Amino acid sequence: MAVELQKTSVVVIGLGAVGGVAVLPLVNAGIKVVGLEAGSWLTTRDFAPDELRNNIRDWPQSVSKAKQEIPTVRPDENSVATQGSGHPMMNAVGGTSLHYWAQSWRLSPWDFQMVSETTRRYGVERIPKDSTVEDWPISYTDLEPYYELVEYAIGVSGYAGNVKGKLNKLGSKFEAVRARDYPMPGLRGSGFTDMMSEAAKSLGWHPFQAPAAINSEVYGQRPGCFYHGFCDRGGCHVSAKGSTAVTTIPEAVKTGLLTVTTHARVLKIENDANGRATGVTYIKGGQTFFQPADVVLLASHTYENTRLLLLSKSEEFPNGLANNAGQVGRHYFSHHQGAPVFALFPKNLNNWYGLPAQGVAIDEWADDNFDHSDLDFIGGGNLWVHTDRKPIAAAKMNTFGKAPTWGSRWKAFIMENADRSNVSYIQKTTLPYDTNYLDLDPDVKDSIGLPVIRITARYRENELKIAAFTQDRMEEWYRAAGATDIVRAGLGSTMGTSTHAYGGTRMGDNSANNVTNRFGFAHEVTNLGILGASVMGTSGARNPTLTAQALAWRTIDHLIAHWDSIVT
Amino acid sequence: MSQKYISNLGNEDEVVSQSRRNLIKQAACVGASVAGVGANSVVNIASAEQVTAPVVEKISVREAFETLTAKESEVLDAIVSRILPSDENGPGAHEARVVHFIDKVLAGPQANLRETYASAVEALDMYCHATKSNSFQNLSADEQDYILNAMQTGSIFSGISGSFFSLIRNHTIEGAFSDPYYGGNRDFIGWDMLGYPGVRMGSTPEDVRMGADLSPSRQSAYDMPPYTKDPAREVSTSVGGGEHGS
Repeated sequence: MAVELQKTSVVVIGLGAVGGVAVLPLVNAGIKVVGLEAGSWLTTRDFAPDELRNNIRDWPQSVSKAKQEIPTVRPDENSVATQGSGHPMMNAVGGTSLHYWAQSWRLSPWDFQMVSETTRRYGVERIPKDSTVEDWPISYTDLEPYYELVEYAIGVSGYAGNVKGKLNKLGSKFEAVRARDYPMPGLRGSGFTDMMSEAAKSLGWHPFQAPAAINSEVYGQRPGCFYHGFCDRGGCHVSAKGSTAVTTIPEAVKTGLLTVTTHARVLKIENDANGRATGVTYIKGGQTFFQPADVVLLASHTYENTRLLLLSKSEEFPNGLANNAGQVGRHYFSHHQGAPVFALFPKNLNNWYGLPAQGVAIDEWADDNFDHSDLDFIGGGNLWVHTDRKPIAAAKMNTFGKAPTWGSRWKAFIMENADRSNVSYIQKTTLPYDTNYLDLDPDVKDSIGLPVIRITARYRENELKIAAFTQDRMEEWYRAAGATDIVRAGLGSTMGTSTHAYGGTRMGDNSANNVTNRFGFAHEVTNLGILGASVMGTSGARNPTLTAQALAWRTIDHLIAHWDSIVT
Repeated sequence: MSQKYISNLGNEDEVVSQSRRNLIKQAACVGASVAGVGANSVVNIASAEQVTAPVVEKISVREAFETLTAKESEVLDAIVSRILPSDENGPGAHEARVVHFIDKVLAGPQANLRETYASAVEALDMYCHATKSNSFQNLSADEQDYILNAMQTGSIFSGISGSFFSLIRNHTIEGAFSDPYYGGNRDFIGWDMLGYPGVRMGSTPEDVRMGADLSPSRQSAYDMPPYTKDPAREVSTSVGGGEHGS
């Protein structure tokens, strides 16, 4: 029997990167919020520089809810879905924003209007036939003010390429106009980044340090980055990384209007006979609770947002909440961020104390920044090389065909080359397709007997052609910097579990093929807001977090402005 | 085996025993039981050089095996010593005490792999006795390498050999190159091998220039005061969460 708690105005499911941002404008508007978080609070003392714990053992000190509900994956309906060994997200107050790379990009205006822009420039036949891609219901201009609010709330360092028409060569020459510069300059460079920048310039490209939610100098109460090199899947030991756990959430807690409930495992979003959300049922410490609320905000990651809706079946929604149109789980895609290029250099690079967000970006081959008239794909990739080297990863390095994978010759190889190789990171335009989707796995259950998410998805020609094209550009760049050996990874096939997971609750004006409206509220459940990359219909060539956070803030702004009509 | 390494070990002053062999370059294997703390201390003397200059090292009573049997530890030590050998380039997996790392892994965070190890070691032992009439750890380096190659490609005792090789290779790397807190990377052997200057709280702009000469920090993350998790310590930071809410 569920214990019914006192009603709150808003209940937020998940206090991670997006839920953690959303609570701040809510409490600042005087709204009472309960935040339900599956994990617990972690502090800087939990963030030891420990590669084994962070990168191999997947955070044993974090509550393991996500690890108990790892999605199954299959490339298509004719294949058997199998469950992997790890889940990319973590449970804690701050969620994955604790251990993410913190790259905090704005999308390009083109990403919002891919269909109409491609049609205008190249003709409608250039849109891949089986893609379900649409223009977003909003433009970059609609989101621009919210990008700025988030950049200042969590602290983003970087160089803006274009502030109100004033250009800055330290930023991207392809960037859209923005109203305000970043609150801090970009992260510092290193010997390696200088070398790669010079090589890019020799090719006529425009290298720049990408934006990151990592302080490059003191920001408020938090120090600048110490550059100790354990950002990748590591929490920040000095709180220089702008996780919501050290920025927006504590600020919201201070108002007294946010109650944080940790170790809350949400089972279901409840609804009434009118099809309105009434609150959330969750388990904590073996006891079931019901938290009634005027508004429910679903702010987990893409897999769990989709799963909770599909699990929340009722008389009014027999196929899951907000799913009478059958769109929950559709338009899913994992970002194509694999297919890297490996390079070997003839000298030590000294990357031992680098961060993944500290590096060199190239936008010449991203989005629609280059002419696609004579190419057979649309979109492109952002080329990124970064510092970041740790010993276990170094020992597991690609051997470039120069050594076996064990024994004395291998040992000699890694001794010589541990600090001489680099791996690129190329994020590519990725599209939704008709037969790529999420649903509940019919067989595999989590630790409490609820079905896990099943991913049925694979990359298509457009993604693979971008991958091959950007690998060519990447090799050119590494060669220009003096690399002696290059190895390319395969171009990719199945869309596996990813931190960059999009769709499932896509945002769009047409309720027949989208779950939420242009403000992130469900078409079918008007007091249910959905936050996160699950509402995004295109990926762009950049990390999704800042965009998901800006969209969340915009959803809250809409809620505050239309409170009466939304709650009644 | 570098002279430097031997002299380092010579300075150890705890319970001292003759070590198990560190590397076997040649076939002459002699087994001899040694009474005392090291229950698994079968000394395999690989060469005349080792007979005349036995390597001594400490075997600390605090490093008892938690789950591995003595026999398993010998076979595993022989395997990891071929994956990451001691050779003219310095010490390897044996000196880094990779088997102790594996023991702790199997007793704790990856106890689910305990049976995989047990059955793989048993299958390897049966294979070696059937084909070579000897245990794996007593074979020559060339014979061991031949068998490990066959394991890697999955061409012997099919079913587990290929995945087991991949598993123990990963554990060898993790044991040799992870924080010494976990039982391997003893004396920072692994980090020194790669030229990794070690964990530290931060780096300066000069530290990340190419050619910067960084002296190794030679500390475990858990030597650093913030991470000891000593309950008596006060939380020193004013930001970073704290105990809000329920």
